[in-house]
Amino acid sequence: MQDDPKQRLRVLLAKLGMDTHTVGITIIGHALREAGIEVIFTGLKQTPEMVAAAAIQEDVDVVGVSSLSAGHTRSLPKLARLLREQGAGDKLLIVGGVIPEEDQPHLLEAGIDRIFTMGTDTRDIVRYLEEWWTQKQAQGSAWGHV
Amino acid sequence: MFDDIVAGVLAGKVAAGARVIRWLDDRDPRGSAVVRQIFPATGRAQIVGITGPPGAGKSTLTDMLVAELRRRELRVGVIAIDPSSPFTGGAILGDRVRMARHALDPGVFIRSMGTRGQAGGLSRSTHGACLILDAMGYDLIIVETVGVGQEEIDIVHLAHTTVIVGVPGLGDEVQAVKAGLLEAGDIFVINKADREGYLATHRQYEMMLHLRETSRRNPDPAGWSVPLLRAVAQNNEGGPELADAILAHLDALEASGAFARRSATREREHVLGLVRDHLMRRSLTAESDAVMAQVEARLIDPYTAAEKMLALIGTGGKLK
Repeated sequence: MQDDPKQRLRVLLAKLGMDTHTVGITIIGHALREAGIEVIFTGLKQTPEMVAAAAIQEDVDVVGVSSLSAGHTRSLPKLARLLREQGAGDKLLIVGGVIPEEDQPHLLEAGIDRIFTMGTDTRDIVRYLEEWWTQKQAQGSAWGHV
Repeated sequence: MFDDIVAGVLAGKVAAGARVIRWLDDRDPRGSAVVRQIFPATGRAQIVGITGPPGAGKSTLTDMLVAELRRRELRVGVIAIDPSSPFTGGAILGDRVRMARHALDPGVFIRSMGTRGQAGGLSRSTHGACLILDAMGYDLIIVETVGVGQEEIDIVHLAHTTVIVGVPGLGDEVQAVKAGLLEAGDIFVINKADREGYLATHRQYEMMLHLRETSRRNPDPAGWSVPLLRAVAQNNEGGPELADAILAHLDALEASGAFARRSATREREHVLGLVRDHLMRRSLTAESDAVMAQVEARLIDPYTAAEKMLALIGTGGKLK
């Protein structure tokens, strides 16, 4: 064991709106825990405002939204905007679930960093997060600004 | 930037406080540097521990309590602790789920923490996080421990007021009497009181509290008589009574001078915890590993090995 401080990746997992399908988000949560990540669940029926507030109180590095029943074209860009406005634009914002091809350019443009569609292997998500985290820590900006 | 964060904590800025708690949890030296600066501004908040076995409804009860305290216009910080995996270090922190209605209330700050290898129901940096929330100006800080068993009572040394949450139908009378938890609480609540077995559980707790009262050598220094409350947090029953009891306990502590004594215990435990943590980490080096390997090979005995390791540790070093 080393004496150096070690940052542990923290990820907030949320569901927006009336979408109540929880199987996907539960599976992802367990996969991330297995990978040594601290996962914070916010529960169902969240508004973009609630998720942004929780992300800041919890000081997470990543916000992951599971979206399985539309509604994402409005709520996700709003969440991205709120995070930026509240000084938390450096958090990685990812979404997984049922995201039709035609919605994706719009979401990416609005500030969603990465979209995982149905059928993605959880190991791919873990690998993506680990690579992003390693890169971010190497940049020395992981403890960035408040 | 560092000065901005210190100023932010003292001004109650959420993002600043949230970041410092992260530093403390990650052992980033900036965390302890902030605590050194803000410590004079602490010591005011009432720290309330909520503890009990897994499944007792601690989060739901906390949610109800927060709502009641907000009705009384008190600002509330919540630290909700869940276990980290001892194998991967990962954790699923789900206590916020039951407190979602407070997400947008600027008078409530909720932080989820993993135990990160700490035994005893708290996380490594719970003490430090309490100081940060105190400096941010929260009137009460509620610490919800992980579900605990018979002896994990570190919360007692952290909190001014410890609330023990029980539920009907868990364990028998003997369990209740031997549990260290039951010797320690300042307030008892039987949650899920609409369930079968409530009366029997209530009777057991009542008897146990009576035994505790009568077997005491000296009267309670704060003159406090431990209340036994009833709640059905899911249906929002019992909130006002619990808030009344917690605030009455604060009055009793302050009137008797016990508040300062409990605060002193807190600080003492915090210091000892930091020293223990530091020594433990310092003792895990390549050299000490070689010493332990000698025990594994049965070349030396465990006592000799421990002495060698203590000699290797030496003294000094800056705390993170």
